[in-house]
Amino acid sequence: MVSADNIAGIGMSAPDHAAQPQDPAPRQVPGDLPGRAQQDDLLALLMRLGDDHLILGHRLSEWCGHAPMLEEDLALPNMALDLLGTARMCYGYAAEIEGSGKTEDDYAFLRDGTAFRHILMVEQPNGDFAYTILRQFFFAAFMHPFWQEMTGLADPRLAAHAQKAVKELAYHIRHSGEWVIRLGDGTPESARRIGDALDALSPYVGELFETDSISIALTTAGVLPDMEVVQRQFDATVAQTFRAATLPDYAPEFAHSGGRRGRHTEYLGHLLAELQFMQRAYPGQSW
Amino acid sequence: MMTGTLTGTLTETGTGQTMSVDADLAAIRAIAEAVPDPELVVVTVGDLGIVRDIRTGDGTVEIDVTPTYSACPATLAIELEIETAVNSAGYAAVVRRVLSPAWTTDWITPEGRTKLKEAGIAPPIARSDDDSGAVQYFSQPVVPCPRCDSHDTARLSAFGATACKAQYQCASCHEPFDYFKCL
Repeated sequence: MVSADNIAGIGMSAPDHAAQPQDPAPRQVPGDLPGRAQQDDLLALLMRLGDDHLILGHRLSEWCGHAPMLEEDLALPNMALDLLGTARMCYGYAAEIEGSGKTEDDYAFLRDGTAFRHILMVEQPNGDFAYTILRQFFFAAFMHPFWQEMTGLADPRLAAHAQKAVKELAYHIRHSGEWVIRLGDGTPESARRIGDALDALSPYVGELFETDSISIALTTAGVLPDMEVVQRQFDATVAQTFRAATLPDYAPEFAHSGGRRGRHTEYLGHLLAELQFMQRAYPGQSW
Repeated sequence: MMTGTLTGTLTETGTGQTMSVDADLAAIRAIAEAVPDPELVVVTVGDLGIVRDIRTGDGTVEIDVTPTYSACPATLAIELEIETAVNSAGYAAVVRRVLSPAWTTDWITPEGRTKLKEAGIAPPIARSDDDSGAVQYFSQPVVPCPRCDSHDTARLSAFGATACKAQYQCASCHEPFDYFKCL
């Protein structure tokens, strides 16, 4: 378990003037309405979840037309579409809570890099197929138990979405996990590539389980799954898969941090330049 | 793929002209359920089982529709087409997107399954709860060929032309075919 409160971020620091509305608000403001703090926490959660899914979905969609085989050219954008569906749910829900006339588009296309709250792993460039598929496996192995736990929790909207997402994520685990096994237990070249991918990705995995005052408050309120429970299931899925893939035991010693506070690597700016191009060049364009 | 806008708005209030408050629910249901799936035109939304509930109240007809996949691109089109179809029959329709309980392929009607098979798409072969969520690698369901009914088929691709389908090929008649994944 890594705490965002204690570990310094890497990459760019968020400038002070870029403070965003979803940053944690002071908890006890005199005259504050009851539930206000929890609503701010929920908004923060929706940005974290939505951004994880939007950014990883965008990375996956970059494979469209470039995958090593036709089947993967279908698989990667199809998984991207599932992730985009979750991002849309999060942003749509956030827009309703904020109630300021924003739409999901405002969150996706009109925020600057320091306002994004995804983990650093999802914004990293795709690398080779082994890197992309191992990252997908790690993400799915985390999100599947995350949604499974969420189905029984207190927020009806998130619990309802979880019922659907958990089925989609089971398919993602199977698809990406089978590839991890094929590559790890394949040729010397494929084993070298998945091994390199594991070395490169390991420091980014811990951020999935990071907790801070926002997540702890939400878990206490019964809105967010207990990260220790999610991590136990994640560890079991990874151990089972890595054994079959003849990969070494997964035991990372270090975790990068920063994404949940808007401190990102230099890759995010380039990603957003493409993702947000249309709305930046032609503000207000719509279908 | 994401350089557009994502906004999809549902009409908040129906645009139908005169509404008959004492609506014939069965007639409205028939109209709503007859709308074809825009990406899978051989079946209607009724065949897929995504029209969950129809209620009258307050001069409008409320229709609950459940999306098949969370990012199915057809979701908004389906909702608008249902609304349009019911509106043009003279009812003020409001379509609500309902996420819970989540859609499952178990809700595809027997008629829907027959239509899928006739169109060369193998319907889901199992109940959704057969898939407990435990990770089972490299296990592929045996999917009978929708054309020649042979069980000697193999999966070509885990994903297909739409999120809901996988691609198979029959080793007996050699025809490739789509399989509607069990969800």
